[in-house]
Amino acid sequence: MENKWYTISVYSENNVGLLNRISGIFLKRHINIEALNVSKSEINSVSKFTIVVFTTEKWVKNIVGQVERQIEVIKAYYHSDDDIIYQESALFKISSDLLFDERQIQNIIKDNNSQIVTVARDFFVLSKSGKRDEIDKMYNQLEPYGIMQFVRSGRIAVSKAEMRISSLLEEFQHN
Amino acid sequence: METLKETKTIEKSKATIKISGAEAIIHCLLAEGVDLLYGYPGGAIMPVYDELYKFQDKLTHILTRHEQGATHAAQGYARVTGKVGVAMATSGPGATNLVTGLADAQIDSTPMVCITGQVPRHLLGTDAFQETDIIGISTPVTKWNYQVTRAEEIPKILAKAFYIARSGRPGPVLVDITKNAQFEEINFSYEACIGVRSYNPYPKIDTTQVEAAAELINSAKKPFIVFGQGVILGEAEAQLKSLIEKTGIPAAWTILGVAALNSEHSLNVGMVGMHGNYAPNLLTNECDLLIAIGMRFDDRVTGNLDTYAKQAKIIHFDIDPAEINKNVKVDVAVLGNAKDTLNLLLPLVKDNKHQSWHNVFKEKYQIEFDTLINKDIHPTKEKLTMGEVIEQINQASNNSAVIVTDVGQHQMVACRYAKFNQTKSNITSGGLGTMGFALPAAIGAKMGAMDREVVAIIGDGGYQMTIQELGVIFQHNVPVKIVVLNNDHLGMVRQWQELFFEKRYASTVMVNPDFVKIAEGYHIKSKRVSKRSELKSTIEEMLASKDPYFLEVKVEKEDNVFPMIPSGASVSDIRLK
Repeated sequence: MENKWYTISVYSENNVGLLNRISGIFLKRHINIEALNVSKSEINSVSKFTIVVFTTEKWVKNIVGQVERQIEVIKAYYHSDDDIIYQESALFKISSDLLFDERQIQNIIKDNNSQIVTVARDFFVLSKSGKRDEIDKMYNQLEPYGIMQFVRSGRIAVSKAEMRISSLLEEFQHN
Repeated sequence: METLKETKTIEKSKATIKISGAEAIIHCLLAEGVDLLYGYPGGAIMPVYDELYKFQDKLTHILTRHEQGATHAAQGYARVTGKVGVAMATSGPGATNLVTGLADAQIDSTPMVCITGQVPRHLLGTDAFQETDIIGISTPVTKWNYQVTRAEEIPKILAKAFYIARSGRPGPVLVDITKNAQFEEINFSYEACIGVRSYNPYPKIDTTQVEAAAELINSAKKPFIVFGQGVILGEAEAQLKSLIEKTGIPAAWTILGVAALNSEHSLNVGMVGMHGNYAPNLLTNECDLLIAIGMRFDDRVTGNLDTYAKQAKIIHFDIDPAEINKNVKVDVAVLGNAKDTLNLLLPLVKDNKHQSWHNVFKEKYQIEFDTLINKDIHPTKEKLTMGEVIEQINQASNNSAVIVTDVGQHQMVACRYAKFNQTKSNITSGGLGTMGFALPAAIGAKMGAMDREVVAIIGDGGYQMTIQELGVIFQHNVPVKIVVLNNDHLGMVRQWQELFFEKRYASTVMVNPDFVKIAEGYHIKSKRVSKRSELKSTIEEMLASKDPYFLEVKVEKEDNVFPMIPSGASVSDIRLK
């Protein structure tokens, strides 16, 4: 079975230590977490982990089973890239001089649909949301001019198919 | 499902009293029906021990000689009673010494609650004296763990701990309680936990899967059952028996499942796995339907997965969804408690005999008996064998003893030859393979089943890993019977060195102390046997003793355990020699 990119969505309680428990499952199988994001979800007091891994479907299935088994996990899903709408977010910190001296910078901002988040005396900050390759493209365009700092978030994703967490929670309660 | 309903009927205790967190812990334990726990005191857990002193008429604390012993004793107690075992330790080294027992309980699905003391809340994260991050350390080896830093959390968290430990697929839970939380006062009231929002221990049974299973069973020509500890944990022994008797399907067991079915049942065809019996291993690759009940296709059971039961359709009954298709891809998966799923299955399966298929098992057994078993249990050579010791124990105990084994050759021999006529009788470290397990586990088993004969069978290596627990046996006069099968080697490793490492016996030769004198030092009646003529009478004497008894049997030094599936080989490549 070949390695592919998989996005794992985990709905859970928001408890101290759960991240440790979940990351341990990846550690145990020697699978690197390529990206990780934790946020609130559409359900009140339920957290959502979005984890990206590059592995086989057999392993991702296995991992999802093990993750789901954790007491504080409500449900875990895995998706291939076709099953989801996903984005990442990036910030670029650039020297202020460039904004005024290099006309090309403004074109890069415009072409990439990037936004200027802030402008200070010495630097300005650009934000860019999109797929990994779109952010990489902008990175490559800015790099020759000098990037003072760069950071990219983990992937965030919503699935095309329904994730029926509320009804699951209800089911658990009535079992 | 029953457990859940039961807990729902436990009434909320209405009275509220103002007590310390430490005392609250005791009340929680009592409310959960705990009357016995194992542990070791120390700085960060002292307030709880002070309360244990006050409550000693209601709650017996057994001081083991090492915290690892406390966990194994709690496991032994849990395995023989089906109740949650409880172990307690202080922070730092006390807590880290629990780790092996937690890992053992996790992999063998044993319900256990461990309570550890922790440095006061204001010192957390400061590298305080005896501070260790036991939550971080124990996370991968617990079903759940939690750090309590305020007394008011104690009742709810301990209720949740017991619920999680015993429900669904059982397992160990660790609750770490900071010292300030033990001192703080709370208004105590206790409410048993009846559910956790994100946790679904009893999956809803899909009846279409049960029907699909029945259809496969009814049309199979050469069906074969392999059952594991899930039958015992789910209390489905009667259902299993009805199933095999109705369908006439031969049934084999994993090492943890053995006592779920009477050893002398005509359809009991023995053990699967690396040192299991010849017929069930060989015929795993000839059956047309493999019905796995409450087992998890461990690598020691399956050997090489690429050649495991490829010709067969496979049905998997299990309570844990994560086990389905984990190692072996199955055709039908029936999720749920074995008792409930088998009860639904039973009316759907047809009466059958499968006589000629069963005869194949008998023929293969005869081959194994003639080449191996007979020589193991009725040897004619001068030196004693492990097998004949087990056989004598069977006879002297009428197959009714609880057999607790350690890890290694003696474990395999004991599990192959020990006979059981009741469930919850075989206590061994199956998944983790923890040497040193047996002696403390036997203490817990005996204290959990005082009316039963408990025999610990231990190798000379493992015995010395937890030998200090003889102190508990002496102090509390726990009448366990300890049999050390002494071959002056780490026998199983030596066997592998002989077979796979050209007899380079690296660090497997043991120069042993006088075990009889050690036992005598603890005032435990003891004897050493090295002649066949003395064996039977000494075992009878041991079993007749009302007191603890230590027996060292000097056995052949370089015997090997066969059959054997070499590591990585197929189950059908099982070697008889």
